[in-house]
Amino acid sequence: MYCDECKKKPAAVHITQIINGEKSERNLCEDCARLTHKELSMAFDDNFPINKFLAGLLGYETPTADAALNLAFGEPEKCENCGVTYQQISQIGRLGCDQCYEHFHDKVEQLLRRVQGSARHTGKVPQRTGGAIRRQREIQGLRAQLQRLVAKEEFEAAAKVRDQIRELEKVVEMPSGE
Amino acid sequence: MTEALFNQAITKWMEGTGQESTYVISSRVRLARNLQGMPFPHALSTPLANDLVQQVKTAVVDDNDTTTEPLYFIDLKKIAPLDRGILVDKHLISPQHAEEADGRGLLISADESIAILINEEDHLRVQSLLPGLQLDAAWQRASSVDDRLEAKLDFAFNERLGYLTACPTNVGTGLRASVMMHLPALVLTNQASRQLNSLAQLGMTVRGLHGEGSEATGHLFQISNQVTLGRSEEEIISNLAVVTRQLIDQERLARHMLQKETQMQLEDRIFRAYGLLTSARILSSQEAMSQLSYVRMGVDLGLIPDVAPAVLNEMLVLTRPAFLQKAAGREMNPLERDIQRATLMRARLLQGKHTNTHTGGCCHHHEE
Ligand SMILES: [Zn+2]
Ligand SMILES: [Zn+2]
Repeated sequence: MYCDECKKKPAAVHITQIINGEKSERNLCEDCARLTHKELSMAFDDNFPINKFLAGLLGYETPTADAALNLAFGEPEKCENCGVTYQQISQIGRLGCDQCYEHFHDKVEQLLRRVQGSARHTGKVPQRTGGAIRRQREIQGLRAQLQRLVAKEEFEAAAKVRDQIRELEKVVEMPSGE
Repeated sequence: MTEALFNQAITKWMEGTGQESTYVISSRVRLARNLQGMPFPHALSTPLANDLVQQVKTAVVDDNDTTTEPLYFIDLKKIAPLDRGILVDKHLISPQHAEEADGRGLLISADESIAILINEEDHLRVQSLLPGLQLDAAWQRASSVDDRLEAKLDFAFNERLGYLTACPTNVGTGLRASVMMHLPALVLTNQASRQLNSLAQLGMTVRGLHGEGSEATGHLFQISNQVTLGRSEEEIISNLAVVTRQLIDQERLARHMLQKETQMQLEDRIFRAYGLLTSARILSSQEAMSQLSYVRMGVDLGLIPDVAPAVLNEMLVLTRPAFLQKAAGREMNPLERDIQRATLMRARLLQGKHTNTHTGGCCHHHEE
């Protein structure tokens, strides 16, 4: 199979592009794929490693012999809180606000696995905000226990657990500043 | 307090005290923190940035809590660019923080060992900087300042990802721990690049001081953790401490070897450096740094008495352009600076020869 673009060199890269919902597939040689890639990724400075990571996540990977490039295009998604798009994030190598982490959740998690080798925090938990998190975890555990007890018709024990949950929920609803 | 901050080079980390102070000049722990729902500083408007500065200041300065260490507020846009340069030279703030002063702030403890940078890359950067190898102590201090801030401010924290930061390379613990090490013998025996390159595999980053390229000025290296997520703060700190201790052992061995195999050449180099620094009339920053390294080794090996380690640390900062100009009270061209640097160096290195009291500094703290 020869390259769809230059029709001279053997095709080495399969590119799937989705533009306005239209899927198009092309087979390109390495050189043509690199050219296409260049046009698409002009915005990214390859010297900046974070951009590379982020660019990689968007699908703008440097083409290699048997790599498949999956490029998805559409309306740029924006963080609801700060209005930053993922492209802007990848250009400057920084997120716009804390909520970008939720908004671009999947991409960010992939990115973190690459730069950090992990995507799970095991360190310090803040006292105030973290206290609520701990209590919420505890409530979840108790709710599961409650269901098991009810299923087994152990109502007396279930009532105790229900009271425990109510106690904890009261603390959670209290205004912060303990 | 502010007067000493800008007029004296000497600061807590320069004391020359703490464990292994022969090899480890200072230990630093930095925590990155952000406030919930606020755009990160690079995306924050100046009015909002100024509000945030006030909010942080109110939380820890205006709380009138007498049980905690007092912190002093410095409005970076209200101080002269030269004074900001001095804070950079003392390693108290980053060059980026000095550049754009509007909407940025600094909170600092009287001994300058605790600093909170407001609106640098993150809303808050809590920094604890101590002399010698004291990573645990630095972490404890930074963490307690973090608790104090968190009691008043809503931090951006995510159950899975930990503390959320502007750059994904800081997310999780937000912790960057580092040591500044003096490793001349490893460099002289051509072991430094191999030893230091192998640290990358252990998740450590190595940079030269004022680091451009691999050639570290004055054989000073900064070693820090790369990864901030997936490990606890204690793990990160203890990994760095282990690596630091290994480097200390290697450096110690290399020094023994130099003394054993090439004693005369080593002494010659050290005394030439001492002679140069106590005689030169024109001294570039680069030359001062590299010769100071040999003098420091001479002091460590007991070859050069009468020079306190604190003076050597102080000279690292005092001979920087911002300080020279501050001391002279005016802007100077490069030649004037080199002359001023040479004059200062001679005075400082020779003063211990005649008297034990220092001038202009506060150097009576060599014992802990
Ligand atoms: Zn082609
Ligand atoms: Zn956002």
